[in-house]
Amino acid sequence: MTGRRSFWLFTAIAFGYAFLYLPIVTLIVYSFNDSRLVTVWGGFSTRWYVELLQNERILAALWLSVRVAAMTATLSVILGTLAALTLVRFTRFRTRMLFAGMVAAPLVMPEVILGLSGLLMFVTLEQMIGWPPGRGMTTITIAHVTFTSAFVAVIVQSRLSQLDVSLEEAAMDLGARPWKVFLVIILPIISPALVAGWLLGFTLSMDDLVIASFVSGPGATTLPMVVYSSVRLGVSPQVNALATIIVVVVATGVIIAGWLLHRQASRNAQ
Amino acid sequence: MTTGRETAATAGTSSLKRRFDRGVKSLTQGRLGQSLVIALPYAWLLLFLLLPILIVLKISLGEIALASPPYTPMLQWAEDRTLSVQIHLGNYAFLWQDPLYLSAYLNSLKVAAVSTVLCLLIGYPMAYGIARAPTGWRIVLLMLVILPFWTSFLIRVYAWIGLLQGNGLINHLLLSVGLIDQPLVLLHTNFAVYLGIVYSYLPFMILPLYATLVRMDLTLLEAAADLGCPPWKAFVTVTLPLSMPGIIAGSLLVFIPAVGEFVIPDLLGGPDSLMIGKVLWTEFFSNRDWPVAAAVAVAMLLLILIPLLLFQRIGERETTRDRG
Repeated sequence: MTGRRSFWLFTAIAFGYAFLYLPIVTLIVYSFNDSRLVTVWGGFSTRWYVELLQNERILAALWLSVRVAAMTATLSVILGTLAALTLVRFTRFRTRMLFAGMVAAPLVMPEVILGLSGLLMFVTLEQMIGWPPGRGMTTITIAHVTFTSAFVAVIVQSRLSQLDVSLEEAAMDLGARPWKVFLVIILPIISPALVAGWLLGFTLSMDDLVIASFVSGPGATTLPMVVYSSVRLGVSPQVNALATIIVVVVATGVIIAGWLLHRQASRNAQ
Repeated sequence: MTTGRETAATAGTSSLKRRFDRGVKSLTQGRLGQSLVIALPYAWLLLFLLLPILIVLKISLGEIALASPPYTPMLQWAEDRTLSVQIHLGNYAFLWQDPLYLSAYLNSLKVAAVSTVLCLLIGYPMAYGIARAPTGWRIVLLMLVILPFWTSFLIRVYAWIGLLQGNGLINHLLLSVGLIDQPLVLLHTNFAVYLGIVYSYLPFMILPLYATLVRMDLTLLEAAADLGCPPWKAFVTVTLPLSMPGIIAGSLLVFIPAVGEFVIPDLLGGPDSLMIGKVLWTEFFSNRDWPVAAAVAVAMLLLILIPLLLFQRIGERETTRDRG
């Protein structure tokens, strides 16, 4: 009985992973295909990588996306951490329900709504107070921070609620000021959550097509916007090459993170 | 909070006065710090989250106009210096009367619900298998589930175009094996939309399911087996109810984004795979009708709130039952 069950489980897992990885593997394989057609194998070639690295439109978009994502990740870690602190530590203040609702709202709001509402606000603000002047990198960053800080808040919140309150109390009893308690006690303990939040914010921002399309203006084209416009026309080998690079970068990052986690776990076990 | 504790701690000590002064000091400083901590995210969210939604609501009550921005204002100073408020419910009436919108809403709900069930059917055995795998393997298997999520969503959807299109890999394989003699139409169909959503959101289903399954107390299953319960019955009566929080969380994480999905129906769907996220996009970018797009957004928010409240109600009932 157990043997049969583990056989079924093994099959389910194997099929599941095949489903998850086959499309990615085909992307990688065909990025080295000399032929433009998917069905024809024209021999091994790295010409699409050469073309990708010479494609200035993609490179400019990549640079813009990286800048927006780094800015977004940093700001959303600050805002998300403050929001998480508020939700975990200050349990009693008026309009706390409203605040908690606003923090969680971007998690459940469709991207099209976040994008549309962001754009309409920027247009209205520009009409009323003349800021922001036009739309571009600033507006994309603001819209991205608004939705990514919700994810950061969730991560930091779970870490904060596991934190031992007596550590803070001990520090307070010994005369530490609240900000010092935060810097010396809380910050080091929640730092893994901050790193995870930063990486998540960066990835979410790099990956976003819908919100950026709404709130961007002429001249500010992010990487997903370029990829989307070339992908709409069908298969593009340069996008395959780009996908391969992204997968390699992410896989390296995940392997390093996994190794670090493993090392930490075995160190804790000792 | 801290002050309460400090007052309690100071009671009965000799240097009461000194401690009291310090308490007052930390109270005032704490309050200032506290207000700053609250104020920054609060102000940001009010300005960049709540205000935009109110503006959407306002614009949805306006009319399309040949102006920049292309809608009529709600408040207007008339010539005799009186403020007139114009509320125009026409956009909502239009959404209600035009069968396109209603069917797009219903279709979005259907697609999201079916995809959620499919994700659950594929994801549950996977999460179960990972949770019961040897400890060393678990982290590797889990990393392999998370990895696609960190790569680009857009590119993962794009990967299916190459597989599904008329001269794509799947048709090529089926033709060369001889199962079919005509290429199948796979791309730009509802099938492709379901496939794309299940593929993209499967990790969101697996992770919360894994989290509940791995914490489960396995001695419960041993006890059931010792008492003569067959494995399938133990699964239905013990494992399944215990993994309910994971099922609910995973379903929400798949269902909610799937309802408003734009990229997948746009790239993989056909003309008949109408989804509300795509309708909003077209209304805004192609028809440039901002008021109708805003009305679609308001209706969509309401559409998502209803299942969310329903799920929350179920979750609350679960927790109260667990406690009682």
